[in-house]
Amino acid sequence: MSADKLHLDHAHLFHLLGEMLRIRVFERKCAEMYQREHIRGFLHLYDGEEAIAVGVMQNLNDADAVIATYREHGQALARGVPMDRIMAELYGKLEGCCRGRGGSMHLFDRARRFLGGNAIVGGGLPLAVGTALGDKMQGRDAVSVCFFGEGAVDEGEFHESLNLAALWKLPVLFVCENNRYSMGMALERAEAVTNIATKAAGYGIAAEQVDGMDVVAVEIAARRALASIRAGNGPYLLECDGYRFRAHSMFDAQLYRDKAEVEAWKQKDPIRRLEQWLEASKMNFDDEFARLEAAAEAEVAAAVAFAEAGTLEPLEELERFVTMDAVPT
Amino acid sequence: MSATTLSMTYREACKQAIRAACAADPRVFLMGEDVGAYGGCYAVSKGLLDELGGERIRDTPLSESAFVGAGIGAAIAGMRPIVEIMTVNFSLLALDQIVNNAATLAHMSGGQFAVPLVIRMATGAGRQLAAQHSHSLEGWYAHIPGLRILAPATVEDARFMLAAALADPNPVLIFEHVMLYNMEQELDPTITAVDIDRARIRRAGSDVTLLTYGGSLPKTLAAADLLAADGIAAEVIDLRVLRPLDRATIAQSVARTRRCVIVDEGWKTGSLSAEICASLVEAVFYDLDAPIARVCSAEVPIPYAAHLEQAALPQTERIVARARELVRPQ
Repeated sequence: MSADKLHLDHAHLFHLLGEMLRIRVFERKCAEMYQREHIRGFLHLYDGEEAIAVGVMQNLNDADAVIATYREHGQALARGVPMDRIMAELYGKLEGCCRGRGGSMHLFDRARRFLGGNAIVGGGLPLAVGTALGDKMQGRDAVSVCFFGEGAVDEGEFHESLNLAALWKLPVLFVCENNRYSMGMALERAEAVTNIATKAAGYGIAAEQVDGMDVVAVEIAARRALASIRAGNGPYLLECDGYRFRAHSMFDAQLYRDKAEVEAWKQKDPIRRLEQWLEASKMNFDDEFARLEAAAEAEVAAAVAFAEAGTLEPLEELERFVTMDAVPT
Repeated sequence: MSATTLSMTYREACKQAIRAACAADPRVFLMGEDVGAYGGCYAVSKGLLDELGGERIRDTPLSESAFVGAGIGAAIAGMRPIVEIMTVNFSLLALDQIVNNAATLAHMSGGQFAVPLVIRMATGAGRQLAAQHSHSLEGWYAHIPGLRILAPATVEDARFMLAAALADPNPVLIFEHVMLYNMEQELDPTITAVDIDRARIRRAGSDVTLLTYGGSLPKTLAAADLLAADGIAAEVIDLRVLRPLDRATIAQSVARTRRCVIVDEGWKTGSLSAEICASLVEAVFYDLDAPIARVCSAEVPIPYAAHLEQAALPQTERIVARARELVRPQ
């Protein structure tokens, strides 16, 4: 791991570890609460991909916009959406970040410029082009960061959006989370060219592939990409290669991949990998791993308590916000 | 023409509306296919690129989904985009963005975001453009909660609905019928704004209500003239707003005339005309003296040949015949 102007001190590395642990422990609790039927609907968990959201998010400012997919608990947490509001949303409670209207797939947080939570594959890319266009036209110094899976590359919206962003030189960071399966469809069974980063060249967009299981590598690559975008060079694409450890959703029997393959990828677990590196670097004094995990457990427990204590939106409000009386400011 | 009125085409009214909107608000811009250098496929925006520049009059690639989605994103980011889609037929390529994003974001986010976006598009048949350029699919969009659907049928509405749509914090779709662009009418200079909430009675009458909108309004008004010559006083209602429907105005008129013909260039099955019909049955069933009648397009893809195309569309003669049957059954 090279620093590339990044200050990899003890505090920062443990911050990265803590952020990834928060997501891992949160997702574990979500799976449990799904089994216990406190959470329903579709639930897509992020285990194994934590390094991508955490690595990218380190480089963002408050003014930047984040657009994500239906597998976005990790992005929401890393962006700073309060964990208890997210858990309450999964519980369908009024105290949730969307009053329980969106659920797991549609987390929004205006205060943190977190624009979802888009459950149509590829549907978020045009939105990110639009927020970038709006920011640019108003002279704002902001980047729109768009997370999407490699399945979105199959969609026309991927190609339309890359072209439009490049054509208008818009400040968009396209982050492809390549976890190798779009639901059950393996990348090599869906795409004639499986190297996604090379596709950006067709639109004149700078791109690179990065090890999505290495949080520091992701952070460095995102830092480089964002510096280029903020310097006015137009959009950038990062292909983060990783793997999802869990099933696509809670309804997935995983008939399409071998257990051995899953186990092999688990050996590259981004959390364990960072821990091993910190151990090897003799940085884990005072057993900080355990302390961070305990802190994450405590935060998750508080989030569950918050969600369980939450209330249900009154039925009279069912039709509220179908249309707005004013544009929120 | 009196000295105080101004004659204008529907096309010119659309253009003046865009020009005025850009002048009134720096957040407003127009984007779409061929809106700039080409001047708009129906010449609505001709000349505006030179006047306003490429930032405000923004040509896009042929990427309906991307530029409609970009309009949504730009609206969320604080702009007031006007997105032009060449025709409603092409809007199907952007259906995901319109239905899954523009219409849902406010409710799904619990009111954190609004999408103050206007999408204009041409609709309708009559120019022998065949089945992929001639359909009237506005009724589909009227099905979707979260959208406001407008159908200007007069030069006045073409001139002033846009400003009202831009003032709405929600996504508004404006359907401009292709056969209206050349229509010329006088504008009352004292009128500077219109509402986008209410249907309007374009001709008062007491024997039968003819309900219509958009490109069928001139045909329906012509039918009312013919009926008047026959001693039948038809009331003509221009819906103007297809969602939310002004159900009160419609129901009050039909309760008064006790008879109704719905004229819609959309198809009958699963349609806006079906919704209006059901709504009237719910509201004024006991006031009716005759079954509700509908004059809609034949259930065919609109064909190229002129005689076939015209046979497929609602026509004045059929409107007259249906109204006469209701008022004077054989």
